[in-house]
Order: sequence, then structure tokens, then C-alpha cells
Amino acid sequence: MAKLLEIKGLKKYFEIKKGFFSKPVFLKAVDGVSLEIKKGEAVSIVGESGCGKTTLGKTILRLYEPTGGKIVFEGRDITHEEAKNLMWYRRAASLVQQDPYGSLPSFFTIYKILEEPLIIHKVGTKEERREMIYKALEAVKLTPVDFFASKYPHMLSGGQMQRVCLARAIILKPKFIVADEPVSMLDASVRIEILKLMRELQEKMGVSFIYITHDLATTRYFSEKLMIMYAGKAVEKGPIEKVIADPLHPYTEALLNAIPDPEPENRKKIRHVPPGEPPNLVNPPPGCRFHPRCPRAMDICREKEPPEVKIGDRTVACWLYSEK
Amino acid sequence: MPAVLEVKDLILYYRTRRGVVRAVDKISFILEKGQTLAIVGESGCGKSSTANAIFRLLPRNVHRYEGQVLINGEDTMKLDDETYRKKIRWQKISMVFQGAMNSLNPVLKVGFQIAEPLMIHKGVDKKEAIEKAKEALKLVGIHPSFVERYPFELSGGMKQRVCIAMALITEPEIVILDEPTSALDVITQANIMNLLKKLQWEKNLSYIFITHDIPLTSELADYVAVMYAGQIVELSPAAAFYKEPKHPYAFRLMASVPTLRSRKELDFIPGRPPDLAKPPPGCRFHPRCRRAMDICKKEEPPVVEIAPGHYVKCWLYAK
Repeated sequence: MAKLLEIKGLKKYFEIKKGFFSKPVFLKAVDGVSLEIKKGEAVSIVGESGCGKTTLGKTILRLYEPTGGKIVFEGRDITHEEAKNLMWYRRAASLVQQDPYGSLPSFFTIYKILEEPLIIHKVGTKEERREMIYKALEAVKLTPVDFFASKYPHMLSGGQMQRVCLARAIILKPKFIVADEPVSMLDASVRIEILKLMRELQEKMGVSFIYITHDLATTRYFSEKLMIMYAGKAVEKGPIEKVIADPLHPYTEALLNAIPDPEPENRKKIRHVPPGEPPNLVNPPPGCRFHPRCPRAMDICREKEPPEVKIGDRTVACWLYSEK
Repeated sequence: MPAVLEVKDLILYYRTRRGVVRAVDKISFILEKGQTLAIVGESGCGKSSTANAIFRLLPRNVHRYEGQVLINGEDTMKLDDETYRKKIRWQKISMVFQGAMNSLNPVLKVGFQIAEPLMIHKGVDKKEAIEKAKEALKLVGIHPSFVERYPFELSGGMKQRVCIAMALITEPEIVILDEPTSALDVITQANIMNLLKKLQWEKNLSYIFITHDIPLTSELADYVAVMYAGQIVELSPAAAFYKEPKHPYAFRLMASVPTLRSRKELDFIPGRPPDLAKPPPGCRFHPRCRRAMDICKKEEPPVVEIAPGHYVKCWLYAK
């Protein structure tokens, strides 16, 4: 498969205190993340809140200007491209956000919501646009189409609204979609419906997906590849089944240990999870960012940042696996 | 000996502009000493209303509030609000609220906030109460010196621990946990679950654990109650429930839960829960049920005990 998107050492720092006489203070939300996505591939990015996964998604979409690193989309370097030259990228890459209630304008009908991107990108005549809107609604299974097109967002349920968001994301026939926690605000019974729908769109339309989530259990039902983030860094990358069956990084292991499956024996045992919470990203610990909580931390972990090591088709950033 | 908590035909209706909302509609269950009952369901099914009805924290628009809530055999519904406040709430039964970490007062020190229920309900003087607060903090795994801190100095997980300390300081027998970890990360959540288990083992506490997260119930539950549209549709011993829920709704809810360690075919339930102001006649799940029969559309199903301690409210099991 051909490479669609490549990011290399991507960094996004937010300035939280301006430096005039003193040094400015930065929050290092994403700090050197590399990732490759092939055409039609789905990748899940998993991490706890504040690990930088949403910032990474938004930076990839160039909703933020990267502080460092490189974004290459279909061979074109778009890292520092000006917004006015990015219209083609806005068409090629789109976003589904966490909160369907907040991401649909409440005073537009569904028809108008879906027509808006077409008007902005000057696509088709009025008749052609109608055709495209109906097709998009059909693709996300909001049928009868006429019935839903004339509704306002508040008339729909959470799951239906999220399907409108999906329809809006696919209407320009993008090559790539970032879905940022698309199901975490929905109820359990609806979640699977949306995930299955996304999977179907991905397979039918050949769209590449980045699925950002904190819920590791849902990833294996959506994608093949997984990237685990901790404190602004990618700690482990690889095929999902392998990562879940045999985690390499101690953080991945901790994350897996923390998630229960419904087993009645669970209540009789104490889970092995590290104490504490992720570090502050303004002043992250030196060396490996997980070392203060890591049960297997060595001296070198406190001093030097671990490099990414390739092990077969997997990558891990941990001193346990590299030459010192 | 009577059970530590017994709820019989509890009803809580709200009056709204759309009509009467039947948030809790004839709920019954028994909670034994030292055990945990998990109440699961989707949002809007009435789980939090059930907690509020037991804890008697009611909004102003209550339409009907009836039934029996027996604590150690004593019917607390017969007590007036003032007696309930003085004798039951925070003394016999306490609660850790949903998003409790954001319910701490930002301008008061943590120690004072933990000690406050002791001073108010048990008449302990401030100095002694603060000492007790230090012990309570130690119990939940926070250094006693944190009594002098303010909430903004604490992380989310620590704030949740503070709220647990607050719920435990008056030494209640029953603790209602209303989504105690829903705003926390998974590792922090696992740490809090470990803490709740240890506290239960040490102090023989009884929990009502309210959550939407079915796998998480297995961390604590002896019994699982599944709520749908204001009613308990299945009440089952935990092991039997995780193996195979019997009520069609519970079964399909379970089938929609992704598991981490095994791969299974996931299912979802089309449609959405009914409006509790106008619930459908008969069984409330029948419009979404694949196995609905004629009788389900007309008559409310009875509660059937299909095995000892295993109750299902469904016509499929009625003779």
C-alpha cells in the first residue's frame, strides 16, 4: 500500500506564559511523535487525558501550526504551509469530534449543515449538491433521507447526531479522517453502531482513519494498528493484537492491567497498576517520562530519553529493549 | 437478621413541563452486609435517581416519592426530613457523587471539608475532627499533611480519594458510589477500585455501585441490577450475569460491550430508550426487543425468580 501521510518528530508546544524579560514557558503537548499511515489504513491512538492525543490529531490536520517536525501528505510537505494554500488539504482531510451536541450548529438544518462544506469548496451545482447530501445521509444510514435532511440537530439523538458529523466528514470525499473520541459521549449500545459504521465507510470508500480514544477495548474492533501515547510521546506502536497479547512498554502493560473484562473473579483481586498520575507537561521529568511510575525503572531511565527501537513490525521507546 | 438495606417498590416521579417523568418506577432489591450491588444502565435510565431516592436528595419538582427503604429493618421513609438528616444521612449511609472531585469547595482546606460531617453530625470539636480527617486521609492513601492543602493543589484521583474519605469519616455501613470514577483515567480508576475493595474488606462496608460501565462492575459487584426506563429488568448474582444475562435487554447490552482480551462479534441495540414521561405500555423494552410477543405490548411483565436470587422481569420466563 502506498504511503498517504507521514509525520516525523512532530512537536506542538503551547506558550502558556509570554517571555518578555524572562524566558517563555511552554506546555509540551506533543513532543516528537512519528507515524506513518498508508492509504485506506486505520490507526488507533490511545492514551490518557492530557497525553497529547487530541493535540496530535489537530496538528496533523493543521488546525494548529506545528512547533517542530514534519508533516508530509501524499508527498507534499505541509508543515508550515499557509492557511490560504491549504484549501485542498481541508478537502482531503476531515475531522469528527467528541461532542456531537457541540459540533453541529443548532440553527442549521441537517441539509444546510451538510451543504455548507460543499458551498465553501465550490462543489457542484445546487442539484448536484442535493444528490451528494442524500448520498452522504444514506451512507451513514440516516434514512429516510428526506425525513432527516429537514431536521434540526436538537431533534436527533446523540447517535444520530454523531452520524450527521460523520456524513459531514465524508461529504467532500476525503482521503483521510481524524475521529477524535467519536463515541465516548455515547451510550454503550450506540457506540458499537457508530464504530461499525466508521469501519464500513473506511472499507467501502478506502478512507484512512486515525481513531483517537482513551478506550483501549474498542480499538481492536476498529483498526489494525495501534499507537500508545504517554505525556506527549509515542511509547509503543504496532499491530493491535500483538500489543494487547504481549505489551512491550511498561506503560502499555500498566494500561492493560488497569482495564477489567467482565469476570466475577475481579472483585477478589487487587490490580497491579502504578500509583500516581501522568506528569505535568510544562516540566516533564528528565529521561523517560514514565520513569517515576515505572516498576522496572533503571538508572539510565532517569537521565536519558529512550530512543525508539524497532522489534519486528513493532516499535517501542524503552531502555529495556535498547543498547545503552 | 435483616439485610443492611432493603428497598421495596420505591417510586420517584418528577413533575415537568412535558408531564410526569417516571424516573424510578417500583424498584425493589436487597443489599446484604459487606456486599456490593451494582446498578447498570444507559444514561437516563434512572440509576442516579434511584441513588438520590435512597439518599433522599430530592429536587423541588417531586411528584411522587413512595415505597420502603429499610436500613437494618427500620423503614426510613417513615422518618421526616429533619430526623432523616440527623440520624440516617452520612451516619448510616453516605454517598460519593458523580464528578465528586469537582464538588469540593475551592476556598476551604481539604482537612476541614473532610472533618465537616463529623462536626455537624457527631458534634465532634474541630481539633479532634481534623485529627480524624488525617486518619481518614491515611486510609485512602494520601499523606496526612494534605489536610492543609486546597483542592486545586490535588490531582483528579486525589480529589476523588478525598471525597471517599469524606464519605467514610462518619463510619457509615452503606456507601452509595454514583459513577465514582467516570471522569478519571483508566489507571487512576484501577487505583480507586483497589482502594474501594480494600476498604470493603477491612470495614465490611456495603456498596451500591452505580455505573454505565459493565466491565467495571465486575471489580466490586456481588449482584448486578440492570435498569431500563426506570425499572430493574434483571437482578442477578454477578457470576451468572457475566456468563449470560437472561433479559433480552441485558443480553444485548452485554453483547455491545467490547472486551479487551477476547474478540467477539459485537452487537448493538437499534432505537433509543423511551421517553419516561410517556413510557410504552406493557414491557418498556418491547419496541426494541427482537423476541417481543403480543402480550409484551399489552401487559407489564411480572418479576420471575428463575434461580435463587436471580430475578428477571420478562414474559419469556413467566409461566
